[in-house]
Amino acid sequence: MRREAPQKLSDYGPLLFPAGMLIVFFVIPFATMIAVSFFKRDPAGFYSTAFVFDNYARFLSLFFGKVLGFSLFLAITVAICCVVIAVPFTYLLSRARRRTQVVWLVALLSVLSLSEVIIGFAWSTLFSRTAGITNLLVAIGLMGEPVALNPSFGAVLTAMVYQALPYTVLVLYPALVRLDPTLTEAARTLGASPVKSFFTVVVPALRNTIVATLIMVFIFALGSYLLPQILGRPQHWTLSVLITDQAIYQSNMPFAAAMAVFLVLVTLGLVALTLIAGRKGEAA
Amino acid sequence: MRDILNVTLSRRGVLGAGMAGASLLAMPSILRAQEKSLKVGVYGGYFKDSFDKNIFPEFTKATGIAVESVAEPTGEAWLVQLEQAARAGQAPADVSMMSQVAMLKGQATELWAPLDMGKIKNGANLIERFVNKYPDGRVAGIGAVAWYITLVTNTGVFKEAPTSWAALWDPANADKLGLLALVSNSFLLEVTAKTFMGGTGVLDTEEGILKAFEKLAEVKPNVALWYRDEAQFEQALKSGEIPMGQYYHDVTGLAAADGHPVRSTFPKEGGIQDSGCWALSRASQKVEEAHVFIDYMSQPAIQATLSRKVGTAPTVKREMLDLTDAEFAAVSSDIEPIIPRYDMYQTKSDWLNQKWTELIVG
Repeated sequence: MRREAPQKLSDYGPLLFPAGMLIVFFVIPFATMIAVSFFKRDPAGFYSTAFVFDNYARFLSLFFGKVLGFSLFLAITVAICCVVIAVPFTYLLSRARRRTQVVWLVALLSVLSLSEVIIGFAWSTLFSRTAGITNLLVAIGLMGEPVALNPSFGAVLTAMVYQALPYTVLVLYPALVRLDPTLTEAARTLGASPVKSFFTVVVPALRNTIVATLIMVFIFALGSYLLPQILGRPQHWTLSVLITDQAIYQSNMPFAAAMAVFLVLVTLGLVALTLIAGRKGEAA
Repeated sequence: MRDILNVTLSRRGVLGAGMAGASLLAMPSILRAQEKSLKVGVYGGYFKDSFDKNIFPEFTKATGIAVESVAEPTGEAWLVQLEQAARAGQAPADVSMMSQVAMLKGQATELWAPLDMGKIKNGANLIERFVNKYPDGRVAGIGAVAWYITLVTNTGVFKEAPTSWAALWDPANADKLGLLALVSNSFLLEVTAKTFMGGTGVLDTEEGILKAFEKLAEVKPNVALWYRDEAQFEQALKSGEIPMGQYYHDVTGLAAADGHPVRSTFPKEGGIQDSGCWALSRASQKVEEAHVFIDYMSQPAIQATLSRKVGTAPTVKREMLDLTDAEFAAVSSDIEPIIPRYDMYQTKSDWLNQKWTELIVG
């Protein structure tokens, strides 16, 4: 295939559709959100056009700081758990027979077809006292009596990792399939054990992919608001839950928008930091 | 700025039109009576299904006005949608069933078209508090239905029905409660005030409200679930996973009638009585039809049908109804109800919401 830089204006034609979609469905709504975040809240009604910082001022408090901190902590934990599970899994999968790979990938794709609501309710049943997995443990004599495993942090984390894992595997899969098998073969020939060659050859070779995957899962997990609500206690509610409360139940659009803008800014900041740190590490 | 707003609104309009079109195709009965029609917003799910089955066909038969029912979300999402649509001169529904807080908030922006009581003869049947008025006396809405939130228990776990809201505070009930997650729909401040502080009058002042918050904080260790989604708690209540809490009297009664081990109790302090109003969007073109509809819905016979078929408490005076004592008890109670302090949620909503969120999340 020949690749050439676009010569004429019409060569940019194919870009028009995606650019248009991006503007209509991302740029305009996002700009609206930023604008609304500066509007004046009218507690008795809705909001009026204005330019005030009240909404941001209300957010800058210890209480919301803690909620934001928890949301980031939860998203980072989910990202790390997913990558720790998915990298070895995908590595083994990419070395498996074609048939096995197809079966696993189809299974993972089918998990993607489940909505967050279904995942949430399914896990809340699995974690329940009356019908949950602890009943199985009681049946085989490992536990005295069934207990409720939710609401708890563990329940939220489990369900969120479950939800994000298929994405993680699907993002890692192409990179691992393309990984040159001679690299590990060389390591093995030189006397490294399979585990050692995995950590000293495969993982460093995939460094950029792993960092990109961590960021993707982190952002994916940051937006979660249903699972913390269904499976967690109020202290496990993420900032997204409070944003929803403000937008939907309190009809306080300006404050909800301000919180959302803040969340986006903090997220972009963290991503930028990660990328800068990664580049420095590469240079060293 | 206005342009940006308009673009998003028209996109919403397109989506709405698409959905309305889809529902038109799904319900050919509407296409037949094209001349006179009315779009009526009712809470989606059980309410909408019951109205579609038991109320709207009879109304169309009696008046010749076709009803297209629109499923509206609970909470204030519908209010926001109505308001934004009205700003663009559109009405996603002509008449909507609205909560009392939503009525007050809609009044602040003149969202509700004033109703002409001369055209609503049956309005005289209503209990006085179910006529929602603007501060200057114009009628903003007419009581559609009322319902109770009561103390519910799983009969397998609690052999004896509790008699007082104080049961929520009982240390023996640690991790056993399911309560509504929002200050504006749980009405737990009113419950606290009525149960421990001699009445909801103490909520007049911020000091009184803070005292109620302090008392309410004591229930936190007992709460296993703060729910926004009703289905979530109902399921847990039926299975006994979360055996006590606050829930809707009518729905609990229906679940018990279906054989589930649940019961609804009116505590001695009274059940929480909440209600919905019929309100007309100022953007609606169907003013005549809307008045006919609201008048029809205010007839004692229709209110009795609603109580029997939908399970709501009537908004017209009891002596005008032909409900038997058993039928009345299934939807209501003679115990003086706890009436929510809607004014508080309108004037102090952000402050209350902040304190409430800090209370349960913190």
